[in-house]
Amino acid sequence: MENLGSLAILFAFLLAVFATAASLVGGWKEKPFLVASGERAVYAIWALLTLASGLLIYALLTGDFRLAYVAAHSNREMPILYKFAAWWGGQEGSLLFWAWILASYSAVVVFSNRRSHRRIMPFVVSVLMGTMTFFTLLIAFIVGPFEVLAVGKLVTAVPDGNGLNPLLQHPAMAIHPPMLYLGYVGFTVPFAFAMGSLIRREPGEAWIHTTRRWTLLTWLFQSIGILLGAGWAYEVLGWGGYWGWDPVENASLLPWITGTAFLHSVMMQEKKGMMKVWNMVLISATFLLCIFGTFLTRSGIVSSVHAFAQSPIGNYFIAFLALAIGLVVYLILDRMDFLHSEARLDSVMSRESSFLFNNLLLLASCFAVLWGTLFPVLSEAFTGEKISVDAPFFNRVMVPIGLFLLLLTGMGPLFAWRRTSADSLRRNFLWPGVAGLALMVVLVAFGMHHAYAAISFGFCLFVGIVIVTEFVKGANALGKRTGQWMLPAMVELTRRNTRRYGGYIVHMAIVIMFVGFTGAAFNKELTIEVPMGGSFRLGGYDLRVREIENGQTGNYVWNHAKVDAYVNGRFLVTMEPERRFYESSRQSTSEVAIRRAPLEDLYINFAGTSEDGQKAVIQAYVFPLVSWIWVGSWMMFLGTFVCMVPSKVDRQTGRTKLVSTQIGDPSLDLEEEPAVRAGD
Amino acid sequence: MNNTWKFGLITVAILGVILWLAIGGIDESKAYYKTIDEVKAMGDGELEKRLRVAGDVMPGSIVRDGSLVRFTLIQDDLRLPVIYNGTEPLPDTFRDNAQALADGRMATDGTFYAKRIQAKCASKYAPKEAGSDGAVSEVINNKAS
Repeated sequence: MENLGSLAILFAFLLAVFATAASLVGGWKEKPFLVASGERAVYAIWALLTLASGLLIYALLTGDFRLAYVAAHSNREMPILYKFAAWWGGQEGSLLFWAWILASYSAVVVFSNRRSHRRIMPFVVSVLMGTMTFFTLLIAFIVGPFEVLAVGKLVTAVPDGNGLNPLLQHPAMAIHPPMLYLGYVGFTVPFAFAMGSLIRREPGEAWIHTTRRWTLLTWLFQSIGILLGAGWAYEVLGWGGYWGWDPVENASLLPWITGTAFLHSVMMQEKKGMMKVWNMVLISATFLLCIFGTFLTRSGIVSSVHAFAQSPIGNYFIAFLALAIGLVVYLILDRMDFLHSEARLDSVMSRESSFLFNNLLLLASCFAVLWGTLFPVLSEAFTGEKISVDAPFFNRVMVPIGLFLLLLTGMGPLFAWRRTSADSLRRNFLWPGVAGLALMVVLVAFGMHHAYAAISFGFCLFVGIVIVTEFVKGANALGKRTGQWMLPAMVELTRRNTRRYGGYIVHMAIVIMFVGFTGAAFNKELTIEVPMGGSFRLGGYDLRVREIENGQTGNYVWNHAKVDAYVNGRFLVTMEPERRFYESSRQSTSEVAIRRAPLEDLYINFAGTSEDGQKAVIQAYVFPLVSWIWVGSWMMFLGTFVCMVPSKVDRQTGRTKLVSTQIGDPSLDLEEEPAVRAGD
Repeated sequence: MNNTWKFGLITVAILGVILWLAIGGIDESKAYYKTIDEVKAMGDGELEKRLRVAGDVMPGSIVRDGSLVRFTLIQDDLRLPVIYNGTEPLPDTFRDNAQALADGRMATDGTFYAKRIQAKCASKYAPKEAGSDGAVSEVINNKAS
């Protein structure tokens, strides 16, 4: 079976090489047969990698401990879900998973474009398959998932496997990596289309239109992945942090930042024909950072709490990255003349410039995070001393950038395209601005000494009011024409321009999340040894430790403390934080108890018992406003979905407008929303 | 003043502020990676520096002492007594024989005061038998590379 699996991967690699070459030559020399065979190879690769993945999953589920991968990442006692999740739980399996997702995406791309974009498709396929060649090369020759355990010359099986790290045995962790991978891999597709149209010198923005939903979906997957990771860290790691600026977290944030910048700056190209070079650079950077992130988590060049094992694949990644950077830079420089801008910036006070500064800030923050993450490597290379920076560095740089970005979120909609008159600025800014400032003054007057927190709350109010005003104004105007009430008019408004109003919903979600982030300025914490029946005080809570209980299940031994929480002498809730000890991996974990509430979470960790065994060591925390982050996350998912729904177009006006836009730009993808382009 | 100048000035101002924040942030949070023998060889002048020291936790050396935790790090027969006085709970992976990374400062008496501990567990089954290392053992410090 392991032979079949390895063989499938080997064939997938050979076919990927073939598909890259055949598409490239076929596209160049215009040989339809080569192009077609390149596209069919994509389906074949998908089938082969699906077979290999299926075999690996089968081995994991049945516990075939002859395989090194199964022995290292699964064991008999593990629930089925986590046995399945072990597919992406380790180095080799996760690379196979990566390749499989890329194969699936590529198959979808090839199938859905079998009749469209014929001129650029061969090059799109060759970019996709070039990437595929690299990943299948890794799993075919360097880190094969089907290695068997061999002692001397004999293949042997171990009686039981190591098991998935118990910290990762959590539902959020089972879906967090696939979400991130779906995001990481997904950016390959818009990148491939960008490169394809660059190679072909294709005029117009066809590649952006075609990949708009794709980019959004990918961005959504990545956001979900990152937020799931944050939610998991909050629930599982026992100290209530959801973000620690760990290198691996940063690796997932980097392409997300450039992807966000890309989503904004393409609007400049679509509406004004500006920033064409910039968009090429951004999508390429996003793709490269995705590869870089995959590399960072596996190579061990920076130490991290959750990096994979050190392994020899680092150099291969560096070679691939260098090659890709070289190609991208060459292509963009060589074809610069075709990427010239169609318009100029007219004024600093314009929608264009707010996009520009949004991009500048996002890029600066991306660079700062990259710099901080690679600081140990860079400092060792230049000074010989390995120096690392951690959370204070990132917070110091990122908090002001984040606040400025938040402010721009609110200012963007208030600026008009091209230039904004001083009069309309005054009218638009007055009330939201006054409200935001007033909130800051009130907060400081009532004793909030945390400057950033006060500023953040003020900005949140400002942006919130601006966004709500946009909805109300639009709905009012629409309601007057259609006679609808406010709320139905708002829904109708959103349906008519999903992209714009969906975007506002995402922005509103960001505001809500910022409120949650800001709450962290007021966290309270206490570590204390308490005898049974003893009590202590934290924030507004009186906490009494009642008893400790013990027990055992198949997978682990547990003991938990019962802690009663009182507010103002009134009983509130019994919290039961637990400690577990996993037999198979000989590791203990804590299961914290959290009481979630809109204003603040009470969070209790049972750290263990004191030396004499008479007292419980309790870590108690109060985290204000944390729930807002998770509420904001859901809203962000919703907003992104809205953006992906096609706008409702009135058939007749739609058609006339479609014709009018088509004259200027024959390559325009017809299924895109012409009404949006004309009407926005 | 034309637009190019305006945009240039605003851009320079923004980037300047970020650079200034970044430089300050690095000074505030930089920590030097040192091995135990390098730490032992340090002069008194370097006591100010924040350090990150890696090693294995000596079996049986972990002792809770009120809110403090004492233990000893070993690397190639060199020992470093550590007192953990941080506020975060110790990671679950921190136990005998674990590979740990202590983050803090040296005191004049040769004890290391750690504010933060990261730890990774040594693996249950020996990777040597597997013929391929790396798949199983997770390594926190990669000085060796």
